[in-house]
Amino acid sequence: MDDQAVLRTTPLHALHLSLGAKMVPFAGYDMPVQYPLGVMKEHLHTRAEAGLFDVSHMGQVIVKAKSGEYADAALALEKLVPVDILGLKEGRQRYGFFTDANGGILDDLMITNRGDHLLVVVNAACKDADVAHMKANLADCDVTLLEDRALIALQGPRAQAVLAELWAGVSAMKFMDVREVPLHDVPCIISRSGYSGEDGFEISVPEAHAVDVAKALLEHPDCEAIGLGARDSLRLEAGLCLYGNDIDTTTSPIEASLEWALQKARKAGGDREGGFPGAERILGELANGTTRRRVGLKPEGKAPVRSHAKLFGDAEGKTELGEVTSGTFGPSVEGPVAMGYLPVSHAAAGTTVYAEVRGKFLAMTVAALPFITPTYKR
Amino acid sequence: MLKFTAEHEWLKLEGDVATVGITQHAADQLGDLVFVELPEVGSELTKDGNAATVESVKAASDVYSPLDGEVTEINQAIVDDPSLVNSDPQGAAWFFKLKLKNVSDVDGLMDESAYKDLIG
Repeated sequence: MDDQAVLRTTPLHALHLSLGAKMVPFAGYDMPVQYPLGVMKEHLHTRAEAGLFDVSHMGQVIVKAKSGEYADAALALEKLVPVDILGLKEGRQRYGFFTDANGGILDDLMITNRGDHLLVVVNAACKDADVAHMKANLADCDVTLLEDRALIALQGPRAQAVLAELWAGVSAMKFMDVREVPLHDVPCIISRSGYSGEDGFEISVPEAHAVDVAKALLEHPDCEAIGLGARDSLRLEAGLCLYGNDIDTTTSPIEASLEWALQKARKAGGDREGGFPGAERILGELANGTTRRRVGLKPEGKAPVRSHAKLFGDAEGKTELGEVTSGTFGPSVEGPVAMGYLPVSHAAAGTTVYAEVRGKFLAMTVAALPFITPTYKR
Repeated sequence: MLKFTAEHEWLKLEGDVATVGITQHAADQLGDLVFVELPEVGSELTKDGNAATVESVKAASDVYSPLDGEVTEINQAIVDDPSLVNSDPQGAAWFFKLKLKNVSDVDGLMDESAYKDLIG
């Protein structure tokens, strides 16, 4: 009970309880892990219809240059991330990560050009450190953690139809577009993005109106509340990283197979080559390769292979190669799915490796990510 | 005669062979099961030792042996379809049959009303 006393709650906490959610501590918050529907049906419902997720625990941060110029904020943040932010158009969003001097990953984040400032969304567990990191390194910017806004994710093939009940203009948005729109006369910031592999939206709502907006979306017959349990299996099937599991300060973006997130402007020969922490290692690995890579892993049997299971090159457990960083049962794949790190010698799709589970060595095949076909609206 | 353990296993005694499974309460707490691993027929189990593993989408959990004994039969149906454990945990989704070392050990387990008190 002492643990519960210090847990924070989101603006939707009472709604979760009223919906019968099973609550668990997550990143310092009391969060819904599942509703009465259960993880399996919640996952499948999101892939078939639409799911509503409370992600208000994540950090929403405004970065605004003291000059008031977007370019100054963009160039400042580029000192911390290996991503082209100057070239990001107004009303567009991009994935990135804070790197450290060793080329490791401090956190991953979403970055939006909001005209005269940046809106960045960071992981709940990292948000205090991220804000401190930005404040310490972006002297000519004001960095403000928004404590008065909820964040609601709406994911799935019916997400557009559900959101269209509140705003007909939603159909004009494309993947990674961001718009400020009144929902129920409340100014909300909507991005067409998510963490499920499905088309969908993340909606930033002023705290006082979060329950109204969530309830209005849940009124749609195709929309169900979905907990963190299904959020994890959805993102893993979609091949998306979970910070702290699949990426952290011991993994470089290139080892993590995230090189697609680095645009030309920041790579060798680009207009603003390097200039981010760990650039020497990261650009070096881009040019010369790395010794290990994050890969998809498909267990051949029915047993899920969980994070930290050790991976071997042989069925006797003699040659240790690496470990699983995320693993679960994928309800849409109808079988276990996992991700992990392997030496490049064993990282090609189709390679067989062996995971140690309860004293047995279970065969897994290196598989292309994602495990499902994403339905992003490009 | 139905008996229960504090680890949420049930046990039904016929002669000196006990049929063992997990309780409705345990199945509800675990959520949708996706994998079941059972002991091998002929293996010797000890009271409170690992007997089986069940996995939900989220996590793996151990199932313990309620008493000492030898496994005489396992329920392949729940290996083939783990969701049976969620739908009928105290019926068709039994786990294994155990030939008890000492039948009188059963007297030390909880009856149904004591178990119901435990889970509130």
